Amino acid sequence: MIEHLAALQVVIPLLCAPICMLVRYRDWAWIVALFGSWACLVISWLLLQQVIVGDPISYHMGNWAPPLGIEYRVDTVNAFVLLIVSAIGAVVTPYARESVRAEFGVNRVYLFYTSYMLCLCGLLGVTITGDAFNLFVFLEISSLSSYVLIAMGKDRRALTASYQYLVLGTIGATFIVIGIGLLYAETGTLNMEDLAKRLADQPLSRTVGAAFGFLVVGISLKLALFPLHLWLPNAYTYAPSVVSAFLAATATKVAVYVLLRFLFSIFNVKLSFGVMPLDTILLVLSVIAMFAASAVAIFQPDIKRMLAYSSVAQIGYMVLGISFANVNGIAAGIIHLFNHALMKGGMFLALGCVFYQIASVRLDDMAGLGKRMPWTMAAFVVGGLSLIGVPLTVGFVSKWYLVVGALDRGWWFAALLILLSSLLAVVYIWRVVEVAYLKPAPENAGDIEDAPPSMLIPTWILIGASVFFGINTDLTVGVAKQAAMQLLGAGG
Amino acid sequence: MAAVGLYNYWIVVFLMMAGFYIVIAHDNLVKKIVGLNIFQASVFVMYITFGKVQGGTAPIIADGVTTYSNPLPHVLILTAIVVGVATTALGLALVVRINEAYGTIEEDEIHDQDDDT
Repeated sequence: MIEHLAALQVVIPLLCAPICMLVRYRDWAWIVALFGSWACLVISWLLLQQVIVGDPISYHMGNWAPPLGIEYRVDTVNAFVLLIVSAIGAVVTPYARESVRAEFGVNRVYLFYTSYMLCLCGLLGVTITGDAFNLFVFLEISSLSSYVLIAMGKDRRALTASYQYLVLGTIGATFIVIGIGLLYAETGTLNMEDLAKRLADQPLSRTVGAAFGFLVVGISLKLALFPLHLWLPNAYTYAPSVVSAFLAATATKVAVYVLLRFLFSIFNVKLSFGVMPLDTILLVLSVIAMFAASAVAIFQPDIKRMLAYSSVAQIGYMVLGISFANVNGIAAGIIHLFNHALMKGGMFLALGCVFYQIASVRLDDMAGLGKRMPWTMAAFVVGGLSLIGVPLTVGFVSKWYLVVGALDRGWWFAALLILLSSLLAVVYIWRVVEVAYLKPAPENAGDIEDAPPSMLIPTWILIGASVFFGINTDLTVGVAKQAAMQLLGAGG
Repeated sequence: MAAVGLYNYWIVVFLMMAGFYIVIAHDNLVKKIVGLNIFQASVFVMYITFGKVQGGTAPIIADGVTTYSNPLPHVLILTAIVVGVATTALGLALVVRINEAYGTIEEDEIHDQDDDT
């Protein structure tokens, strides 16, 4: 059993998906999904424990030896990302029961759990696989199911948002296939480790250069790096609350992991940042993302949309960390990946609670909500503080290491920009606080209770974790540093 | 005549650009899906082309044959075709739903309706 954990990580949600489809009855489908997501969490925790102390795990699918067979390879980097994805999945599923029942037609609930399990399977698969083409297949599994999930939103604009995402996502995925194909044409292998070895031995050819370009652009589309982020705001705004929370906390994070994997493990630091001027490009784009997206977020009347733009800005921080290409910078990127998943997931869940009670997430409708839904709004505010980077929250830890990474690289101006852009976050979070706490509730507003506990508890688990890991940084910083050193070490 | 020898790759580039152009330039949602298909098909042709070994035959062991073409890219593309079909099906399903919700599949008209509300 224990040696097959790597396979089970993907197989369990993959099997849960058709079972959800077959049982049809909504609560049973929910129980199956609950089992699937919790099992994934346990497995990823066990995997992480194994790789922290020992060597990377190499699992040969169907016992076919790599590089010909498909290999699942778990090292500290992806074990940590697996833990993030499955932890978010495990927290979101209990929340989903009430929220999905309220936002979906009764007959479609089991379809939600089916696509949700497929999406989880795809995201975990992308993370765990050690085979470049396999990565593409899992990427498409997760993307296709997330198009479906987004299209389930009640607003008809969810359909156009999903369509737009489908077109852009497919272009991104196709770019990734072109890149992988060119790499295969050059090296004759698809196994990531084998690719890295063969690419290190040869001088840069035009084929490898083109592959590099296609891959970086394709992955940047998937992770919504600044000029390629256009699909994200609509998709997160009109998707059902649970879906926004789940995707915001996982989908882009997995794409950031793929970028790390390609830049450092498959290509190497010399090629990515020496021969190719990618550090400058990523630096400029991520800084623009931090400022432009935060500035746009300030003017959004729809709070879900505001958080979506803030996500684009936060992705800027992660990519900024990667662009430093040193241990502290990459560690900061990975730490922020984890931290942002916690706080953004928690904030989207809090908004889901708001939507559950007042059927709106527009700023005007949130007047006086601080008194009417104290627990929900408190969660939102703590998440917001973390987004700003107030000490004792995870946001502070991320920004601290980002600044250290920037100074290590000698880019003090980048450190300055990180601090300045945090001020923009203060502005957009304050808008919500002002309306929710300082404005009186409209007189015709009836008495409402806070959200049901089955929704509040998962929200507070994520928000609580974002405070806990802000104070106790042993797990996140330790693992992230180890992961960053592995990434840089693998590249030589 | 190196340029003629790369005949397949010229086709790939042409199809890729044509498909990409359709996706960007057309307002009709069905045409966009068709463009996306052409774009993906160009990648399929690319994979199949570099799987061909000069003078090689189909990879089935037979007497007197020593050179075989590489079958792996073909297999990869079978998977990619399945993914492409799934994407197209989902895309068209979305277009049907959009047509039900908006009564049109022209992007500019959809934007107009959204702006009004």
